[in-house]
Amino acid sequence: MSAALEANSQHQAQTKKFGKQERTVPHQSQKASKWYPAEDQKQPKKARKSIHPARPRPSLQPGTVVILLAGRFRGKRVILLKHLSEGTLLITGPFKINGVPLRRVNARYVIATNTKVDLKGVDDKTIEKISEPNYFTKEKKSEKAKTEEAFFKQGEKPEKKKPTSARAADQKTIDKPLLSNIKNEKFLASYLASSWSLQKGDRPHEMKF
Amino acid sequence: MAQIDIKPAGWKLVEVGRVVLLRSGPDAGKLATIVEIIDHKRALVDGPSTKEGAVVPRHAIQLDKVTMTPFIIPKLPRAAGTGPVRRLWEKNEIDQKWAESSWAKKRETQERRKNLGDFDRFKVMRLKKQARVEVRKTAAKLRASSK
Repeated sequence: MSAALEANSQHQAQTKKFGKQERTVPHQSQKASKWYPAEDQKQPKKARKSIHPARPRPSLQPGTVVILLAGRFRGKRVILLKHLSEGTLLITGPFKINGVPLRRVNARYVIATNTKVDLKGVDDKTIEKISEPNYFTKEKKSEKAKTEEAFFKQGEKPEKKKPTSARAADQKTIDKPLLSNIKNEKFLASYLASSWSLQKGDRPHEMKF
Repeated sequence: MAQIDIKPAGWKLVEVGRVVLLRSGPDAGKLATIVEIIDHKRALVDGPSTKEGAVVPRHAIQLDKVTMTPFIIPKLPRAAGTGPVRRLWEKNEIDQKWAESSWAKKRETQERRKNLGDFDRFKVMRLKKQARVEVRKTAAKLRASSK
């Protein structure tokens, strides 16, 4: 009994005796179906595409001054620090110069210039910490049940968002050596402070950056 | 009767020996001289400059692809070969004359400006601003002192 059960569980063919003859009987699950569907069943399409790792443009080297083209800081000239996964770039203003914080940016919406800023002295460990996947994610507030207190607070203005002190500290540690490097070149600080936009008569396809 | 002064027109004519600037094609921006006029639309040009990369091989070209310069190689024989053309080109110092002309200088600055990067463009803008401020300061001083 137990042997038969085992055979069943492994979907094996069984040899059975029918009178004098012996026949192998395929397992139930291996048998041809007694019916087939009247309508054709659609086969799901096989995906032939695969996910490739992002390959950034060669002009996007760490330390390059980059012009942002989209988002809240569009037009700003910022410094590229590192490539993150999936084609995003880690950039910084520096914050003191143009108000752009440490930020992730899509490499597609960026113009690389031929200007470079020396990244000497920038702390690698802090960059490593920042480039971890969950660094930029917001902490979720646990949804509280509707309390009496919350009900009375509705009329008041919600508290303003404040940068966490840890982030601000990271910003400072990253920017400090950068600022001293920027000081060494004339006009560079004011260049980073100014923002870029198309002027009359500019032909962006013919311009060099 | 008033005296009427008749001067020849200062036109740059299509003539043998006229130095021309090529405007399009593989030799765009280079100089050549007209060696022979083929018909009313085309001429045979030759630019045996000694400068590197400025040589124009002898070929026929449409005259509307060419701009006349004020320079002429005088007494260039019609249909002269490349050798004599080169000798006369050097003797008349066409390359030097062209390089000194404000036309060539303007072209050069335009070319240089075109190849500037973003930061360089910014620097040019800032330096121009600084120069303008200085000019205006001195002008204001002069104006004040003249009153």
